[in-house]
Amino acid sequence: MRTLKFLLQKEFKQVFRNKGILPAIFVMPIVQLLILPMAANYTIKNISLAVVDHDHSSYSQKLISKVTASGYFQLSGYEPSFKKAFHLIEQDKADIILEIPTNFEKDLVRENHQKLFLAANAINGTKANLGAAYLGSIIKDYNDDIRLQWIQPQHYNAQPTIDVASSNWFNPYLSYYDLMVPGILAILVTMIGGYMSALNIVKEKEIGTIEQINVTPIKKYHFILGKLIPFWIMGIIVFTLGLLVQWLVYGIVPLGSIALLYAFVALYLLAVLGFGLLVSTYSNTQQQAMSIAFFFVMIFNLMGGLYTPIDSMPVWAQWIAYLTPVSHFIQVNRMIVLKGSTFADVKNQMLIEIAFAVVLNGWAILNYRKTSN
Amino acid sequence: MKQFLVFVRKEFYHVFRDRKTLLMLFGLPIVQIVLFGFALTNEVKNSKIVVVDYAKDISSQKLITEIEASNYFEIEKTLMSYKAIEASFKKGDIKAAVIFPENFSNDLIHTNKAQIQIIADASDPNLATQLTNYLNNIIQGYRQTLIQNNPMPYQIIPEVRMLYNPELKGATTFVPGVMALVLMLVCTMMTSVSIVREKELGTMEILLVSPFKPLLVILSKAVPYLVLSLVNLTIILLLSVFLLDMPVNGSIFLLFFESALFIITSLSVGLIISTATASQQTAMTMSMMGMMLPTLLFTGFLFPLENMPKPLQIIANVVPSKWYYIIIKDVMLKGLGITSIWKETLILAGMTVILLAISLKKFKIRLA
Repeated sequence: MRTLKFLLQKEFKQVFRNKGILPAIFVMPIVQLLILPMAANYTIKNISLAVVDHDHSSYSQKLISKVTASGYFQLSGYEPSFKKAFHLIEQDKADIILEIPTNFEKDLVRENHQKLFLAANAINGTKANLGAAYLGSIIKDYNDDIRLQWIQPQHYNAQPTIDVASSNWFNPYLSYYDLMVPGILAILVTMIGGYMSALNIVKEKEIGTIEQINVTPIKKYHFILGKLIPFWIMGIIVFTLGLLVQWLVYGIVPLGSIALLYAFVALYLLAVLGFGLLVSTYSNTQQQAMSIAFFFVMIFNLMGGLYTPIDSMPVWAQWIAYLTPVSHFIQVNRMIVLKGSTFADVKNQMLIEIAFAVVLNGWAILNYRKTSN
Repeated sequence: MKQFLVFVRKEFYHVFRDRKTLLMLFGLPIVQIVLFGFALTNEVKNSKIVVVDYAKDISSQKLITEIEASNYFEIEKTLMSYKAIEASFKKGDIKAAVIFPENFSNDLIHTNKAQIQIIADASDPNLATQLTNYLNNIIQGYRQTLIQNNPMPYQIIPEVRMLYNPELKGATTFVPGVMALVLMLVCTMMTSVSIVREKELGTMEILLVSPFKPLLVILSKAVPYLVLSLVNLTIILLLSVFLLDMPVNGSIFLLFFESALFIITSLSVGLIISTATASQQTAMTMSMMGMMLPTLLFTGFLFPLENMPKPLQIIANVVPSKWYYIIIKDVMLKGLGITSIWKETLILAGMTVILLAISLKKFKIRLA
């Protein structure tokens, strides 16, 4: 126990005497948490719309003004032909084309039905899909308005209607910050914990100071614990700072229990630090450790469900996603913060993180050799 | 010229004799393009929803079958109280709930007016909106079948066409982005590290005291990476066409030309980093940590650039991968020619010239 105390003293001195590393640990995450959520906004708004109006009637005018008044669409072009409008799509100046055929008004009144053509740039499938759906519902509203003008209300009621009452729980204003801020905080804690611990043992190897440790009676697990605990404490501090930013800047207060959140982070950090230590026992130079850590952090970043939902991935990719500790943490962080999930809800994820922590740290201790080869 | 070729050969030896780096150079792009190409998608697929059917009559059953028939949803049918639904959401088991009230069919037939409630877990706002939209479409489609015999008067039927990507596949958005990301990061890192390594090992001194021009020292460093990156590019393109089903609608020649230009731009970014740093460690930190998040976000393939606040949009303009992403989408997917992308091409070329000029100017022929 006394050995551990001295080792910890040494590690803390090393961290606090390195003026370069402290800002990297504490300032960088905060700055990133302030900037990144602004960049990571997938709210679909300001869809640029090109209109091709072959009819030029009062009906088509009404439709266009109804669409532009909705707030989702910006009229970016009023073109005489589809070809010209298509050119706008090619230049990325328009996202959707609305084409109103000739005699739109006349045929609608005379023949009782009329078609409208929508063409969306579907390279970004989500945007096209949502844009077309918004436009479709505006057209349906418009259609109902017209019908009301021409038909007596009682006749209209003879048609069966199904009212759909939809509600959005946990985030009624559909704010994208609510989704991204807890997720980005999770990634930042991961990056700090993973990189710092990955570089640490390797640094001692490269400078040669590890020889000094190897010739002492320090036990393997003492050494590993001595490396783990300082970074674990720093991880907790970073997470706390992140929670403060989340509350003060974005106004997101965890709905669930804060104690549960901390309990989870405490376990999660053990898993991530174990990953870092494992990487550092496998590499000989800091450069190698960086490359390996970089490769995995890329995968953590993109497969963790931060940007795209894990449910939409093919099954084999879902397995890879679940084999990263970070996907569970992002999920749980969002659950506790946004939905107020309780211990019973996140029990499984906690068990998984414990398993990760045990396996990764155990592996790292086994793989760390005090004998040089 | 002969000298130059000898130096290029030296650099090739450097690369080929370092197995680990070579593995990184080819392994990383291949693994990532395949993994991310398949995995990254915003499509709604197999979302777990729960159907709470208090009606249990003909109409509700029919509607449920229709919802089941679409492959967006994985349905679980149970009778749940409001409380239980909330608990399920909290566990993260379901993404949405559809609730049929009692007497659904009766209401629909006799009063011509029935109600359905949809509750979505909006902690992911876009997913919630999409799910609600899909469910709504299915319900409205069912209503249309009810009134087919007696068509609605004054009906406007919107016909929707999805251009370039009729199946709304996620790969179409993400593969070009991952290409830009991977090429940018790998090229930048490799060049920056290879030059700084010579500084760190002290061999740079030997090169500088030789009669060989310093300018050519740098150029000969860049050549192998240019060649290898082109090989890399070919592999990436083959993978994305044959494995990920990406179309190449424009000219292959143009695609290669633009990609080569982008690779040169990325190599110049690497050169700049290498002139500004003294240790491999710093060079790596700058080219990995420093470049990764900006490239990830400002390329515009994860989040639309037009949604970002103005200052960030301006920052995005100096990220080369943003322009390459536009070019590659235009050439591969839209099948456009040089006339539509000359502006982006010029910007990339301009960036390259400026970056090269600065790094040559900053390249010190004296050791500090």
